[in-house]
Amino acid sequence: MLSGRPTILGYSAVAGKREGEGPLGRGFDMIFEDTTLGEKSWEKAESALQREAFTRALNKAGISPSQVNYLFAGDLLNQSIASTFGLREYGVPMLGQFGACSTMAQTLALAAIFVDSGAADICAAITSSHFCSAERQFRFPLEYGGQRPPTSQWTVTGAGAAIVGLGGSGVRVADVTVGYITDFGISDTNNMGAAMAPAAAETLTAFFKDTSSKPDDYDLIITGDLGAIGSDLLRQLMERKGYRLGANYTDCGLIIYDRSKQDVHAGGSGCGCSATVLCSYILGKMEAGELKNVVFVATGALMSPTSSQQGESIPGIAHLCHLVAIE
Amino acid sequence: MEVTGQEYKKMNDQTTPRSPILRNCVIAFLVGGLICAIGQVITGWVVKLGLGLDDARLIGSSVLIAASAILTAFDVYDNIAKHAGAGTLVPITGFANSIVAPAIEYKREGLVLGLAAKMFSIAGPVLVYGITASVIYGIILNLVTLFR
Repeated sequence: MLSGRPTILGYSAVAGKREGEGPLGRGFDMIFEDTTLGEKSWEKAESALQREAFTRALNKAGISPSQVNYLFAGDLLNQSIASTFGLREYGVPMLGQFGACSTMAQTLALAAIFVDSGAADICAAITSSHFCSAERQFRFPLEYGGQRPPTSQWTVTGAGAAIVGLGGSGVRVADVTVGYITDFGISDTNNMGAAMAPAAAETLTAFFKDTSSKPDDYDLIITGDLGAIGSDLLRQLMERKGYRLGANYTDCGLIIYDRSKQDVHAGGSGCGCSATVLCSYILGKMEAGELKNVVFVATGALMSPTSSQQGESIPGIAHLCHLVAIE
Repeated sequence: MEVTGQEYKKMNDQTTPRSPILRNCVIAFLVGGLICAIGQVITGWVVKLGLGLDDARLIGSSVLIAASAILTAFDVYDNIAKHAGAGTLVPITGFANSIVAPAIEYKREGLVLGLAAKMFSIAGPVLVYGITASVIYGIILNLVTLFR
């Protein structure tokens, strides 16, 4: 529980063409029709996404980079190069984060804890992913003629940034729950939702127990990128634990694309998925007063191409931020 | 009640949709057959032009390889393959695609360590085991003919 009332002072989400064509397209601050963003490599394009999101979030909050005490940023690339190369020019103390696709909740939780504890006045949480840089690192070259199974998910091209400080109006981070690593032995890298669902179930259960609350107490419970199969499994797991997730539960991966039209199979994924949905749709609706009490649980699959090739299972993790609209 | 790993695997199996195998097989059969038929037409046409059958076959394969490489470079091949699956993977066009695609993708990492080294990252295993298999087959054939 964060009693110091850390508040989200500004936020921004930028995204690629396909995300812009999706149901949440209008909520993004910028949509890049050219997903290279005019850069020479996909990695640089992803770095540019982070810069765009960070700059726009700062502008909305009305603060300059030098006022930010700490940056918490991460992405999916080896050694988090999208973040480090994207944010190196700002000269802000930075702690790079890796939580796979759970990174948005991880960075937001850390930013909120730092502000809450008094260690910082203003922190920023930034997370990105890019379909093309993720494909080339984790799967196949873009032009390779492969067939994707129905369980596979589509990595979101986009970045989200949130600036956390004290005393703003808008949305505050009321609680955070840091998840532990959960592994139920799923090893199919084309079915990551199933690998991450148990982690989300553990984190949600811990949160409900800690706060003595139940799913119906919230306007929205939203997981990061479990997709169609993972979110179905989460409902089943939660039911077994005695918590029924009702119509107030959904998943960022399910709402970012129109799955019937956009050929994304089981939905969106990647750390940009939960980051862009949080920093556009969720925070936007909270600010507009349509949502007041939201549980945001970003889920991550903690594998690498090396571990998968060596036949290891996929450990999952999930971090939670409880967001409350300030009356 | 806590769910065990084995129970979860069962839950996952029940929840996970299957790939539409029958549909995929039919499309693969048709597309794969079509590609081979195109090769056959080219070969027949070249024979008619007066070349020997061996040369004509070589030209037929080369045309298919070139077409696949060009379609890959123009971002078309992967969109056909998305529906055709094994139909575009198994014929010689799939092999060409698997070499051209990484060559394009990793060019950014340089002509030597990027393009050239990564070019065989997908096709490499096919070459290794394909050549090994043909050598083993050759030895067996040789032994059989030796004792006949």
